[in-house]
Amino acid sequence: MYRIIAKERLAENIHLLEVEAPEVAKKAQPGQFVVVRVDEEGERIPLTIADWDVEKGSMTIIFLEVGTTTRKLACLNAGDGILNFVGPLGRPTDIDHFGTVVCVAGGVGAASLFPISRSLKACGNEVITIMGARTKQLIFWEERLRSISHQLIITTDDGSYGRKGVVTVPLKELLEARKVDRVIAIGPAVMMKFCCLTTKPFGVSTIVSLNPIMVDGTGMCGCCRVSVEGETRFACVDGPDFDGHKVDWDLLMNRQRAYLEEERKSLELWETKALKK
Amino acid sequence: MAEKIKINLNRVPMPKQEAAVRRRNFNEVALGYREQQAVEEASRCIQCKKPNCIKGCPVGVNIPEFIRAVCEGDMPEAVRIIKSTNSLPAICGRVCPQETQCEMVCALNKKGAPIAIGRLERYVADWERAHPEIAERQKNRVTFNGKKMAIVGSGPAGLTCAADLAKLGYEVTIFEALHVAGGVLTYGIPEFRLPKDIVQAEVDYVKSLGVDIKLDHVIGKIATVDELLQGNYDAVFLAPGAGAPMFLNIPGENLIGIYSANEFLTRTNLMKAYRFPEYDTPIKVGRNVAVIGGGNVAMDASRCALRLGAGKVHLIYRRSEVEMPARAEERDNAKEEGVIFKLLTNPSHFIEDESGKVKAVECYEMELGEPDESGRRRPIRKPGTEFTMPVDTVVVALGTRPNPIIPSTTEGLEVTKWGTVKADEDNGRTSKDRVWCGGDMATGAATVISAMGAGKRAAANINAYFEG
Ligand SMILES: Cc1cc2nc3c(=O)[nH]c(=O)nc-3n(C[C@H](O)[C@H](O)[C@H](O)COP(=O)(O)OP(=O)(O)OC[C@H]3O[C@@H](n4cnc5c(N)ncnc54)[C@H](O)[C@@H]3O)c2cc1C
Ligand SMILES: Cc1cc2nc3c(=O)[nH]c(=O)nc-3n(C[C@H](O)[C@H](O)[C@H](O)COP(=O)(O)OP(=O)(O)OC[C@H]3O[C@@H](n4cnc5c(N)ncnc54)[C@H](O)[C@@H]3O)c2cc1C
Ligand code: SF4
Ligand code: SF4
Ligand code: FES
Repeated sequence: MYRIIAKERLAENIHLLEVEAPEVAKKAQPGQFVVVRVDEEGERIPLTIADWDVEKGSMTIIFLEVGTTTRKLACLNAGDGILNFVGPLGRPTDIDHFGTVVCVAGGVGAASLFPISRSLKACGNEVITIMGARTKQLIFWEERLRSISHQLIITTDDGSYGRKGVVTVPLKELLEARKVDRVIAIGPAVMMKFCCLTTKPFGVSTIVSLNPIMVDGTGMCGCCRVSVEGETRFACVDGPDFDGHKVDWDLLMNRQRAYLEEERKSLELWETKALKK
Repeated sequence: MAEKIKINLNRVPMPKQEAAVRRRNFNEVALGYREQQAVEEASRCIQCKKPNCIKGCPVGVNIPEFIRAVCEGDMPEAVRIIKSTNSLPAICGRVCPQETQCEMVCALNKKGAPIAIGRLERYVADWERAHPEIAERQKNRVTFNGKKMAIVGSGPAGLTCAADLAKLGYEVTIFEALHVAGGVLTYGIPEFRLPKDIVQAEVDYVKSLGVDIKLDHVIGKIATVDELLQGNYDAVFLAPGAGAPMFLNIPGENLIGIYSANEFLTRTNLMKAYRFPEYDTPIKVGRNVAVIGGGNVAMDASRCALRLGAGKVHLIYRRSEVEMPARAEERDNAKEEGVIFKLLTNPSHFIEDESGKVKAVECYEMELGEPDESGRRRPIRKPGTEFTMPVDTVVVALGTRPNPIIPSTTEGLEVTKWGTVKADEDNGRTSKDRVWCGGDMATGAATVISAMGAGKRAAANINAYFEG
């Protein structure tokens, strides 16, 4: 059991958990993820490392409630335990002195982006962060992201906060206005895809963090396979970061939909059980 | 001198679940001997003066001795004899390829009726599980010798090495990447061939010897081999298996509905998808399933597919039945259960429906040419034989190779061009000081008993290294 030290509700359906896992914390690096399994019947799901504290021996994860596992996680509180917590998995994000880096976060992607931007800034880059959400209520960690960015731009789809519109609009403006050495985009697959389409004409290297369905997260099942430059790669061990201009996005989005029916059934069952309790 | 002993050539058959029934459930297929059957089979053993059978067993089980104990009805003694060299008998008795190991060299095999050593071993191990008080009496009581061993992987190689070292007084920690111990025994081999509570009981036995198993620990990630050596541990035994799946690399292979055998079996066995939605992990099995490959893994995947509710299961294999690497017993079981063999057939690409799911596979026929380097006749494509088969689920069972996580994070560990770790076959030593390796990681995909043999030899050599 991995004990939950703290829980915070960051937004409607978005939660933060700080989990005791000292050995994982010791090795965590930006861009890596963990695999969690909540209980004996539970599925293994990947979640990006949002932060960690070596001294406290803790790991921070942030997740959006979308299905059974994330709903189960959302029901846990400080003092409760998570049955399995494996990590740090995947290759760390490539951190170097690139010059100017635009970091684009969509939705909960902001959590994954935070430690990456922090390291990029510490490495001497000029970091410009664009943070997008559907609506104001879903924005979290604004101050944290501001603290590690030279400039922070916020967009909401409905215009309830920051600029109205999607993240690719300010991204394009930046690319037109100045020299950008690298773009890092993390969020839903569609959002990453459109970021890549935006940067492509400018020839700016664009790194994305792919999120296919996973099982083990260690390279032994092949469930997470993605196609990059026409070659099959395993996102859990060869990634999750890849050159976004070479990713087959339609394949990724297709494979993410593999279990829609079953996920619905599983959630319905869980909700009926939860209601009875 | 004339043969005086009357030889009985009637092998006592193994009771099995009926094919028509078992093809739809995950309960164990082979039901095991009852006491009378075990004694009857045991009494066929002629107690050879120079028993070949022992040499056929990679862990050197004293076969005639334990069989004699069975004949005499002294089960605790049979347990003691087996367990003095084999820490996982309930597993070996079920999944060892006995026909190419101990039973192949049994004196009675010349007459076509070797002693059913595996079945007897299973009987003894199952008897022990039903009598836990015996295990209590035979508990390992040794004092620690002060040496600490780290073992990577809790499959048969790791468990065997751990048990042997613990019996010698080492303080052993196993690091396992998954959330359950057992390696392929847990995530790969299906419940109906090797029930998971039996694997768990054998793992518990190893733990009872004082071995600590740390689950959720991916070595190379949470700590490297070098960090283990610099930290608490005097030596490391690498037994991470060969778990990375291979694909066909043909168009359409990433469509929804196409699984590697590892994913298909992991979802089914480790994650218990056959009990979805009671368990959260789903699996999709359609009406027309195609399994590609001809080994034991392909048989397991086909038989799982039937049990998960598949309409038809076709096994597509590019050579003929003679060349199939699967054990004859498993092949027969699969056929009896209704798996349809499509031999001398190879897929060329997969075809998708409008929602990105696989809906058909295009194949062509093969014929056999001259023998290749493996000694098997090489399959050659027959031109103009293309045909399309409707499928909604495909399992690619082409084999596995070593996972690169450990080699790529370990300084000075030599690997072969196949990605296996170079290790001395006799003692498991690698190119790196204080690091041993054995099992599938050293040999490529092999068998449970060969992995156990490697674990045993490595334990002996590690002990010699520290004692000598
Ligand atoms: C490397 C990696 C890092 C991730 N990091 C985070 C994170 O930090 N925070 C976060 O909220 N989510 C993250 N995800 C997504 C997260 O894993 C899924 O939301 C989760 O698996 C859903 O599980 P569930 O049982 O709650 O929902 P399910 O019922 O399994 O699924 C509900 C919906 O989520 C989609 N989905 C299912 N599994 C995945 C998956 N593995 N990846 C993406 N979408 C999926 C399905 O298409 C479906 O629409 C990450 C995914 C990957 C691969
Ligand atoms: C479906 C299937 C059916 C089979 N049927 C039979 C059969 O009937 N009879 C037979 O004799 N053989 C059979 N085999 C082969 C046999 O199971 C293997 O040869 C044997 O399990 C190899 O043992 P091992 O200890 O080397 O590795 P494994 O059993 O593969 O165990 C390795 C363990 O190490 C863990 N690991 C890997 N990397 C790391 C890491 N970096 N850190 C920590 N842990 C790690 C893995 O999670 C795994 O648990 C079958 C194999 C499969 C796949
Ligand atoms: S362990 Fe395997 S090879 Fe050895 S005696 Fe038992 S069945 Fe035969
Ligand atoms: S070789 Fe066969 S008959 Fe001889 S002792 Fe061994 S099991 Fe018995
Ligand atoms: S999740 Fe299994 S190989 Fe990547």
